[in-house]
Amino acid sequence: MDQLAKLEAQSIYILREAYRDFKQLCMLWSIGKDSTVLLWLTRKAFFGHVPIPLVHVDTSYKIPEMIEYRDKLALKWKLNMIYGQNKQALASKETYPDGNIDRISCCKNLKSEALKHTLSGEWPRYRLNHERQAYEEDSNKEPYTGVIVGVRSDEEGSRSKERYFSPRDKQNDWDVGDQPPELWDQFKTDFAPGTHVRIHPLLDWTELNIWEYIQRENIPITSLYFDRGEGKRYRSLGCFPCTFPVESTAKNVDEIIEELRSGKFKNIAERSGRAQDKEDGGLETLRVQGYM
Amino acid sequence: MSTIETKIEQMNIVIVGHVDHGKSTFIGRLLADTGSLPEGKLDQVKATCKKNAKPFEYAFLLDALKDEQSQGITIDVARCFFKTPKRHYIIIDAPGHIEFLKNMITGAARAEAAVLLIDAAEGVQENSRRHGYMASLLGIKQLIVLVNKMDLVDYSQERFEQIQREYQDFLSQINVQAKAFVPISAFQGEQVTQSSEKMPWFKGPDVLSLIDGFEKETEKSEQSTRFPVQDIYKFTEEGDDRRLIAGTLQTGQLRVGDPVVFYPSEKTSTIKSIEQFNVSPQADQIDAGSAIGVCVDTQIYIRPGELMCRQDEAAPLVGDTFKANLFWLGKKPMLKDKKYKLKCGSARATLYLKEIRNVLDASDLKSVANKQQIDRHDVAECVFQTLKPIAFDRSSDIESTGRFVIVDGYEIAGGGIMTDVLAAESSRLEDVLKRRDYAWETGGISPTKRAQRFGQTPQLLLITGQEGLGKIALAQALENQLFESGKSAYYLGLSNILSGVSRDLSHQVEDRDEHIRRLGELTHLFLDAGLLLISSVTELDDAEASVLKALIAPMPMTLINVGPTCFNKVPVDLQIDEQDSQEKQLAQVLAYLSQQKVLLDYSI
Repeated sequence: MDQLAKLEAQSIYILREAYRDFKQLCMLWSIGKDSTVLLWLTRKAFFGHVPIPLVHVDTSYKIPEMIEYRDKLALKWKLNMIYGQNKQALASKETYPDGNIDRISCCKNLKSEALKHTLSGEWPRYRLNHERQAYEEDSNKEPYTGVIVGVRSDEEGSRSKERYFSPRDKQNDWDVGDQPPELWDQFKTDFAPGTHVRIHPLLDWTELNIWEYIQRENIPITSLYFDRGEGKRYRSLGCFPCTFPVESTAKNVDEIIEELRSGKFKNIAERSGRAQDKEDGGLETLRVQGYM
Repeated sequence: MSTIETKIEQMNIVIVGHVDHGKSTFIGRLLADTGSLPEGKLDQVKATCKKNAKPFEYAFLLDALKDEQSQGITIDVARCFFKTPKRHYIIIDAPGHIEFLKNMITGAARAEAAVLLIDAAEGVQENSRRHGYMASLLGIKQLIVLVNKMDLVDYSQERFEQIQREYQDFLSQINVQAKAFVPISAFQGEQVTQSSEKMPWFKGPDVLSLIDGFEKETEKSEQSTRFPVQDIYKFTEEGDDRRLIAGTLQTGQLRVGDPVVFYPSEKTSTIKSIEQFNVSPQADQIDAGSAIGVCVDTQIYIRPGELMCRQDEAAPLVGDTFKANLFWLGKKPMLKDKKYKLKCGSARATLYLKEIRNVLDASDLKSVANKQQIDRHDVAECVFQTLKPIAFDRSSDIESTGRFVIVDGYEIAGGGIMTDVLAAESSRLEDVLKRRDYAWETGGISPTKRAQRFGQTPQLLLITGQEGLGKIALAQALENQLFESGKSAYYLGLSNILSGVSRDLSHQVEDRDEHIRRLGELTHLFLDAGLLLISSVTELDDAEASVLKALIAPMPMTLINVGPTCFNKVPVDLQIDEQDSQEKQLAQVLAYLSQQKVLLDYSI
């Protein structure tokens, strides 16, 4: 087995383990390449089916093509698609693009808070009705006890300390210093009432592995990742006010792989186009508060 | 440099040893001397040291990488990457402090080989031994021992040999053979990537050559086939009729047409197809390591947690009592008679500690005699008993199905390797029942007197079979009919138990054992009171039927099965066709009960 096949088998195993043990399970789909690979691996694990609801936190500032692509795939692959939003913050304009707060606080409002309350069921969840091809409020208010997330340990420091099955307490807090042991292929699948577990099937994948797998499996990826004639492309996707394209002429998956293997991005971090990481505390602060 | 190309061989190695014995310096040295650092990093750190009038140390390199990481550049510190012309390595940096033993174990459980460092000046310390032992328990078979900081002992051959002797003695006690002992100075770079001129007396290879000499795990495909059934899926609602048995092939090979047997149920079938998504055409043969699904060509009922093997190969061990080497990480000690959860392969079972044979203080390997509990960081040889039989292997035969973890409450509190199956004098259940029956109080009314009063011999009428076949309706109709015929019969609904007595249990699979046990104990009370009890359980299997039978003995149980059977060995008393109308099914049950003299003809 080559490295990619090993990574695939391990991720499938973790997904099946999560599905076996968590009755209230969901998967976060950010529409980016990593969580789309995760979605593809879910189809692998369940033989073409996706028996897990997908949750998207819509900040309303996502690049419009992302939402288009989300709904197109959701209909095509018959996904149980749900989104949640911080309607209060958006209504009262407590956002960075509105000029009222800094980037980190904006991420906290539109992502962390929205995620927390969507997962707990306290705020409305909107589910895609496949017949009407429209979203409607979901009647299921049960909190999710297992949340599958596509983070990779090579992305940045705090993510490298993660476990495959990582408990969060009632406040959504992550105790980095006291994590459960993981032995071989046995993970923490038992959890106390009121707590939940984040599940990370992609922890061992690198950015290059992700692209190699997209190439091998021919996974449909949003075209924002490719140069469409402007000499620029997105390397990492987020909200348009805080995510900037990188200079690159890679027009397809093959060219991106080449760029990562030996080209200009060989030694440059993937999230270098994400402005919020550079502010005080950055991602680790956000993550301790419940960010992905 | 943080990216690992797919085609090149990759190996995980863990660096262990007592705190401050030089792990960071050694890793920094390896990264630097193999050219695995980001461009300019070495010069940058050297310059910073010079500016601050601090002597340069290789350990600073790791700190520098950490700083860089917090700025968002993709280098992993818990895991560092380095490469040689032979292969790419992931170094798992395991903490040396005892408080982080569970992190050390998490790291080491992912490694294929270990490098253990001992400080030449300080000599063998507590965690030098503990880590060596843990590595061997975790299944790491390749170990090299570095006697570091030789510069502090004037590169003394005598000191090196003294430490080597001492540590080798220790290793031989735990049946571990180190691939090599090497005297080094990570700080000075002696004997790390090339032979040291300071130690001409040492004739062995340098550390890097030894690391490159680690062998990749032997081909697991050559071992007997082991496929733990992780789950069983049916996506009928999506128009998919396949009954998919999902899992990861741990060892061996599977081919379409292979005759297979599932343990512990011992049900047999043949592989009809191997299923994978987005693979065309579907493979007809699969090697160890793949996460796949299989379909079998007979309608057999199996549950997640069974171990699928090939009929023509060595069978796994099956039993409810096994011997194991355990390491305990739980904050609370492990106690006898307390209920734990065992996870082994895909199997989960209720587990009890039956006997502590020997507890080793892992720091000095002295046995502590007569311990009654297993404390945090203890390593113990003990005997465990599960409520139901499980299938496993000796870890020396097949590693992946011979190791386990133990869950205490919600936490993984221990792990270990199975060394043998034992023939127990009595099962856990028999022991418990002996105690229960000994303590049983009665008001003095004999069963005979009750039987006379009620005009019936108490017994359990249990209706089972797969879901959605009208078992509950049948049970309720039966209660009615018996009651109308003058019998004292009671229908005990499952949801009555779930929402009452068993409200504390979750609906998770492993709690099913406890549900069954409680149903059995409740039934025992009803029968002791002289009633005919009717209940239904979906998909009762051999082991569960035996548990129920034992719990209510000597009073009898009549097993009525509707539709396809889930049993392999336990005989069904009455088989009912699921296609028949409820009236017909009921008539059949009543006829059987008359025949068995439970109902006398005149009372119908």
